[in-house]
Amino acid sequence: MSTAVHADVNRRDFLFIATGAVTAVGAALTAWPFINQMNPDASVLALATIEVDLAPIAEGQEITLKWRGNPVIIRNRTAKEIDVAKAVKMEDLKDPIARSAVAKDDAPATDENRTIAGKERFLVMMGVCTHLGCVPQGDNPAKEFAVVEGSAKVGGWFCPCHGSHYDTAGRIRKGPAPENLHVPKYEYLTDTKILIG
Amino acid sequence: MKKMLKTLAIATAGLLVLAGVASATEGQKDAKAISYSFEGPFGTFDKGQLQRGYKVYKEVCASCHSMRLVSFRNLSEHGGPGFSVEQVKALAATFTVNDGPGNDGEMFDRPGLPSDRFPSPFANGQAAAAANGGAVPPDLSLITKFRPGWYGTFNQLLNGIGGPQYVYSVLTGYEEPTAEIKAEMPEGKHYNPYFANGHFISMAPPLVDGQVTFDDGAPNTVDAMARDVSAFLAWTAEPKMEERKSLGFMVLIYLAVLALLLYFVKKKIWADQH
Amino acid sequence: MSGPSNYQPKSAFGKWMHERLPIMEMVQGSLLDFPTPKNLNYWWTFGGILAVMLVAQLITGIILAMHYTPHVSMAFDSVEHIMRDVNSGWLLRYLHANGASMFFMAVYIHIFRGMYYGSYKAPREVLWMIGVLIYLVMMATAFMGYVLPWGQMSFWGAKVITNLFSAIPFVGESVTTWLWGGYSVDNPTLNRFFSLHYLLPFVLAGLVGLHIWALHVPGNGNPTGVNVKGSQDTVPFHPYYTMKDGFAIVVFMILFSAFTFFAPNYLGHAINYLPADPLVTPAHIVPEWYYLPFYAILRAIPDKLGGVVAMFGSILILFFLPWLDTSRVRSGTYRPIFKQFFWVFAIVCVALGYLGSKPAEGAYVFWSRILTAYYFIHFIVILPLLGLLESPKPLPPSISDSVLAKKKPLAPAE
Repeated sequence: MSTAVHADVNRRDFLFIATGAVTAVGAALTAWPFINQMNPDASVLALATIEVDLAPIAEGQEITLKWRGNPVIIRNRTAKEIDVAKAVKMEDLKDPIARSAVAKDDAPATDENRTIAGKERFLVMMGVCTHLGCVPQGDNPAKEFAVVEGSAKVGGWFCPCHGSHYDTAGRIRKGPAPENLHVPKYEYLTDTKILIG
Repeated sequence: MKKMLKTLAIATAGLLVLAGVASATEGQKDAKAISYSFEGPFGTFDKGQLQRGYKVYKEVCASCHSMRLVSFRNLSEHGGPGFSVEQVKALAATFTVNDGPGNDGEMFDRPGLPSDRFPSPFANGQAAAAANGGAVPPDLSLITKFRPGWYGTFNQLLNGIGGPQYVYSVLTGYEEPTAEIKAEMPEGKHYNPYFANGHFISMAPPLVDGQVTFDDGAPNTVDAMARDVSAFLAWTAEPKMEERKSLGFMVLIYLAVLALLLYFVKKKIWADQH
Repeated sequence: MSGPSNYQPKSAFGKWMHERLPIMEMVQGSLLDFPTPKNLNYWWTFGGILAVMLVAQLITGIILAMHYTPHVSMAFDSVEHIMRDVNSGWLLRYLHANGASMFFMAVYIHIFRGMYYGSYKAPREVLWMIGVLIYLVMMATAFMGYVLPWGQMSFWGAKVITNLFSAIPFVGESVTTWLWGGYSVDNPTLNRFFSLHYLLPFVLAGLVGLHIWALHVPGNGNPTGVNVKGSQDTVPFHPYYTMKDGFAIVVFMILFSAFTFFAPNYLGHAINYLPADPLVTPAHIVPEWYYLPFYAILRAIPDKLGGVVAMFGSILILFFLPWLDTSRVRSGTYRPIFKQFFWVFAIVCVALGYLGSKPAEGAYVFWSRILTAYYFIHFIVILPLLGLLESPKPLPPSISDSVLAKKKPLAPAE
């Protein structure tokens, strides 16, 4: 450092601090566009809703489609599957929260809260295992892994990656996954047509 | 420092001379120098004008010209025509979009969605050429950026390239050719001295007075419609213009303040050096 | 890379680190304490400006590559996707495109500063030659970058410039085909240009490291061209030149921003917003402004191979500049006749640029030839003779003396 820095300390200090502060603020503001550019762009956001016609899905069948790059599972459940799901006691659930965008944030994980009233047959949820993101398999004809204790071999989903078991309402029952399969935001446009997103 | 600034100014001027030099395409008449609300460092788009321009595009241009880089959703985005999201949904649905393949493996038609881009009137360039006597109607998304209305280094620095004016001038610039010119004119072409590729244009005069009825009751003469649609095409080519100018203004103010501060810092620090 | 440093680690960690990797000593020696002549004028700030521009181009370029698709059917649309959809994409692309022009503007000032003040003279010949190499790599990088948007000028510029190599006797055709990866500029060409456009800036950064290293061995030149005689002639780089450079950088950013925000397409070509069409050549193919003087030289020679040789020769001759200039005095300030020839040369370069933008016909060709001849005569005849014939003005005894002499007429304000 030179001797220049010693004289006239106060005015100097103010000038230096002001300049440093202005530079720092400018640098921080400049950084934002460089970071934000990696967020989803306008064309990605615009595609964030899809319409699905439920009419072709027969009872006991399910379809998987892509929404925001992820699989969405839509299952037309049998009466038995619904009964089994409704019979489950809350204290038996590993994750007691509904995890549903169509219910309240802290709603309990009842079957009702994971579907829309009057439309309990249709379970709409993300096919993304809450453990590490694999796609849980449903409709396994052998039903070998879809077993959930207390609900017999009636269906549900099984994640082949690390062995998480989900019941017929898509709730985590066994295995490493921490949360129930998430239900995305969706609404009924007509009696048989939903809009996801 | 002063001397240096002077030298720098001269050098910059010299470089600018080089920078924008472009030669006019042979015989193209300079576009009519009409002015728009979006010119200059503070200019913004006139929303009403863009909405009218959209209507002219939809009802007149869209039957032959694609606009494939623009999405319906852009029409409701900030800095554009300012349609509401609901309006955009409705107007998108008036277009038919080819989508698919569906579950049966076939492509199908459906009403447009806001996320769709404007559908092209022809399946491909060959189809467009075949339907228009060999001339492909250019895509209009960027036309005001790739077709200069005039040339000259300083002219373009001060007035821009005159892209919207080019569109306006072509639309309003059809003339009855003299007998001499008529003799040269190929069959099925029209005489337009503002057209970029020679004087003979394949497009017949597209606008007639009163052709489009505007919702806001604005005049619908050829002149007014040409102004509106050329302004609309200025927006389709540069949809972020308003954001660019307002951000630029703040950046320049910030840099000026910082430069001033640094100048005094530098002066202070050098004060002890003879 | 370091100069004398009295770095003493202060913290325990600093001491621990210093024994293992003395990086802080290097930073202090070469960036903070580095003794720098106290009489550098603002023309010397362009080195710092160029360093900032290189970093800016690298950052915006890496980001653009996250959104760009190097395929002939998608390149143009992906650039428009950046302009329309990506968050702040228009800003990043305009910064990168105008940044290239600003980079060249700064490098030309830097080069001409070196020419005026004899910065290439002993003992800085290697420093100068690395600089010429940097300039060559810059040209290659910028050329390939301009191809990427795949507009009409991208395509036809690529075609014309790659065709230059077909002028090479015997192997020209094979070389061109090899460059293209086909029989014309097409997808393989675009793909490899993208790869190289991403690689070369890092080569550039490495060369800049060497450039700075070669600068720090003899130290900075200065406007008088007189060697540093002692510590009274220098100041530490920080804070004196960090603040002076910082001020100049911000002023330069004002110019950069003015273009980026208010005339973002002025330095480009309108026709490049039309997607590439291999079947239609634009009426006038003109390179970016920073290549125009060389384009004029290329077209001045009525022979394909001759034109290419002259064009490359006009840059390569810079490598020999340290030996072509025979003057004993470094700085143009003390060379009254050289000074005049320097400005004539600068005007000739600008005029060649003007001619490069004009169609190759009539009077334009005639003047291109005259000025091309002068360009080479400047290096081959004028500079060697001038050094021998000219009698320079007396030099100041030292940098300090020259600074004092300059300040004297002005009454000290504080």
